[in-house]
Amino acid sequence: MSQVAPRPGDPVITPALVAEHGLTPDEFQRLQGMLGRDPTFTELGIISALWSEHCSYKHSRPVLKSLPTEAPHVLQGPGENAGVISIGDGLAVAFKIESHNHPSAVEPYQGAATGVGGILRDVFTMGARPIAMLNSLRFGSLDDSRVRYLFAGVVKGIGDYGNCVGIPTVAGEIVFDAAYEKNPLVNAMCVGLMHEEDLIRAKAEGVGNPIMAVGARTGRDGIHGASFASEDLSEASDAKRPRIQVGDPFTEKLLLEASLELIKSGHIVAIQDMGAAGLTSSSAEMAERGDVGVTIDVSKVPTREKGMTPYEILLSESQERMLVVARKGHEDAVSEILTKWDLTAAVIGEVISEPVYRVTEGSRIVAEFPGSRLVTDCPVYSPGARESAAIIELRAADPSSIPELAEERDHCWTLERLLASPTIASKTWAYRQYDSTVRTNTVVGPGGDAAVLRVRGTNKAISLKTDCNGRYVYLDPRVGGRIAVAEAARNVACTGARPMAITNCLNFGNPTRPEVFFQFREAVAGMGEACRALGTPVTGGNVSFYNESPTSAVYPTPVIGMVGLIDDLAHVTRSAFQHDGDTILLLGEMAGELGGSEYLATIHGEVVGAPPRCDPAREKAVIDALLESIQSGAVSSAHDCSDGGLAVALSECCILNIDCLSGAEVDLSSFNGFTDRAILFGETQGRIVISSAAPERVMEIAKRHGVDCTQIGRVRRHSDILEVTLPKSSLRAPLARLKSAYHDTIPSIMSRTPEHATFDELSQVAAH
Amino acid sequence: MKFGVVTFPGSNCDYDAYHAITEVLGEEAIYLWHKDHDLQSSDVIILPGGFSYGDYLRAGAIARFSPIMQEVIAHAKAGGPVLAICNGFQIACEAGLLPGALMRNSHLQFVSDAVRMRVENTDTMFTNLYERGEVLRIPVAHGDGRFVASEETLDQLEGDGRVVFRYADATGKITPQANPNGSERNIAGIVNDAGNVLGLMPHPERACSPLLGSSDGVRLLESILTKVAA
Repeated sequence: MSQVAPRPGDPVITPALVAEHGLTPDEFQRLQGMLGRDPTFTELGIISALWSEHCSYKHSRPVLKSLPTEAPHVLQGPGENAGVISIGDGLAVAFKIESHNHPSAVEPYQGAATGVGGILRDVFTMGARPIAMLNSLRFGSLDDSRVRYLFAGVVKGIGDYGNCVGIPTVAGEIVFDAAYEKNPLVNAMCVGLMHEEDLIRAKAEGVGNPIMAVGARTGRDGIHGASFASEDLSEASDAKRPRIQVGDPFTEKLLLEASLELIKSGHIVAIQDMGAAGLTSSSAEMAERGDVGVTIDVSKVPTREKGMTPYEILLSESQERMLVVARKGHEDAVSEILTKWDLTAAVIGEVISEPVYRVTEGSRIVAEFPGSRLVTDCPVYSPGARESAAIIELRAADPSSIPELAEERDHCWTLERLLASPTIASKTWAYRQYDSTVRTNTVVGPGGDAAVLRVRGTNKAISLKTDCNGRYVYLDPRVGGRIAVAEAARNVACTGARPMAITNCLNFGNPTRPEVFFQFREAVAGMGEACRALGTPVTGGNVSFYNESPTSAVYPTPVIGMVGLIDDLAHVTRSAFQHDGDTILLLGEMAGELGGSEYLATIHGEVVGAPPRCDPAREKAVIDALLESIQSGAVSSAHDCSDGGLAVALSECCILNIDCLSGAEVDLSSFNGFTDRAILFGETQGRIVISSAAPERVMEIAKRHGVDCTQIGRVRRHSDILEVTLPKSSLRAPLARLKSAYHDTIPSIMSRTPEHATFDELSQVAAH
Repeated sequence: MKFGVVTFPGSNCDYDAYHAITEVLGEEAIYLWHKDHDLQSSDVIILPGGFSYGDYLRAGAIARFSPIMQEVIAHAKAGGPVLAICNGFQIACEAGLLPGALMRNSHLQFVSDAVRMRVENTDTMFTNLYERGEVLRIPVAHGDGRFVASEETLDQLEGDGRVVFRYADATGKITPQANPNGSERNIAGIVNDAGNVLGLMPHPERACSPLLGSSDGVRLLESILTKVAA
């Protein structure tokens, strides 16, 4: 057997080159130890990608192990391309969320588009047909023209890609806060549906089986994308634009159909997206899962241009490519399916018994690693963790000591400002650019508590939501982590769904900073507590560290993607008030907690106080009471009480349905232990606004579950006012004003520059 | 009756059309592959929505050269019914089955919404079960839906009663606000001279179930049934 030798023309391995590849001196020594010699340039590139934070989870793995991942309905937990849960009737749902933050910060359109493409592939490589997309987005203040450019570009990127592939974008959330100014977060979630028996895992098996590259050809785009995602953003980031991939949704659509056909055909044993770190990570991971060796000949990889080096071919992140392990002798059958869809397939390697990961270029060996140590031997770190003293101080501050503004005497003034806060205001401006109805399953689309999709061939539906309040996590990561899960669960429960499982996208700053690692560790612990109490295991996800700009880190933002199951379509419940005369009930307690609220941030510009408490067991009781009430037929509408508190929740119940506004008459004067503003705008958790024609039944059910439930008013379908009586004052809000604040804000901001802001025009503005 | 739903590379509403025919209408439907030359004795052809060939070059511009389109054009010329929805409408215009063209939406953004359209002519094989002036609620989802044609063509379309659907508000008024894409004269759908080819941007196949928000599209499909069966 010939030896690995440097390829003519390869740069010499110097400490500077090692550093450029993001390896510490210790990590380089570790690599030398593993090989028993110096690495070649190609090997250095491979390790640079595989040991990047993005691929290796080297700072997060030990902490993530604490999350619950098992339940009888979990068919596939973390470690695969996507998690899979059973929903009965022989059907299963595959789902996963992933970040594309850094590319989107530099090139919002392609960054977001390829984020959508990548997560779609993760789901259909499990054998599931994608049926829905969700997005969780964070931007700086919309007053900034560059932020408007990023927002418009990301929305267009998501829309153009998903719309073309024909997967409806049905839900998500968009938050605007100065904390995300230089480092937006773009997390995309995909949900797919499959028959349980079609589940396929990305595990290389069967010595002698051919390894094939299928889909698009390999080009020079996106080389080192994974490493780019694993460092702080800086002024130099713009120069790394070439590391950003370019998406082609048309090819993706063909690849989707071809891949599902391949999986059904039985000609293949495994399939994986060539995503982050491309061919390198897909082949190494498949080999590791199957505990086999592989050999790849890069000279056989179909390329877009001549003269690509092994280094480039291995690390390219060209989009819309798959790595397939075919059954020996079925190569032609595989090629035939790809050809039907106008795509290419080429045998590029083989599964071997020798425990080695080997890359050749023709007959020359350019890289060789022993066994699966390429993946398993990556360094793992447990950095120091210490809470920031400044945050401890912020949390200790008493929000009730912040004096009310003179204008606040008119509660309507305050309420209008909250509804017009871009975080709370209607995001229809964005959702109108997403096809949310293709595939004709969308029962509840964007804008409600959660999306609902029917499951064809059954009487069931699934409910989907992403959620996270980064401000809470910033002020108290443990509590914030709990709330992220609990609120997502409440959201799907409001549609009538039992929360089933989550995927998470953990967006944090630089983990080598003790303050950041503390946030990460605590937030994950809080998430775990809530997941255990709610019976929603984690089936996978993604960690995105280094979300920092030269000035600051983003709010710690562990986004939860929740899947819920509705057993009977008759139980699908909507957020907005439905029937005149229905009784309005507040399920859950009144506690008047203002800490970390949207009210303090928007009206007073303050991010202080302890976020609202969150007791996962209570959350479970509230959800159980809600679901039993819904299943008993007593609930006309249900809406989660979150950002902006009860006043905003009630307003949304009145104005969400823009074609059919509904007034309400509410009396909260019995809550006289709290200030009026705390009653209206406090964000106490575990609360749901219900409207019901059978309030006694809801009260009885709540009591049985040990949950507070108060009748607080009536739906006045024909009134054009939301009227709320408080212990010391009252609120009289004309619906027209609330509607305008809620529905007109974002379109009006986005048309600021130029007159009709399109992404293309904003690009011009941003360029100047 | 047999409906043939054409699948071009990039079609993504073929599945929805197929299911509307089989599940809602209870009729037979088959997928027709773009590389084939055989309509497999379909009575009605549906050119579905999506992004055939990625809409690269121009929406519908490449699909019209697909092998199957030769047969579809022959079928249409022989008076066979063709329902061209969204991208299908764009393809039908490119193929010369319908006059005019679909341009980029006037606001330059993709628009996905449940819009309203008024039935202008009930004397067609696609609308005979509607009331004249009836307002339907039908989803749209497109980036290139602005119908344009020369003034002369538009006048002729109007004069011949070939403007079948027009974007309107809830009360049936034709207003600029009700027009989601800037189409000339709020035109949402037209038929060819012979009346056997309907092109429209809204998606009737997505409006076939009250659960999904509207079943106003069902009668369009049923109209074809009564007319062709008769």
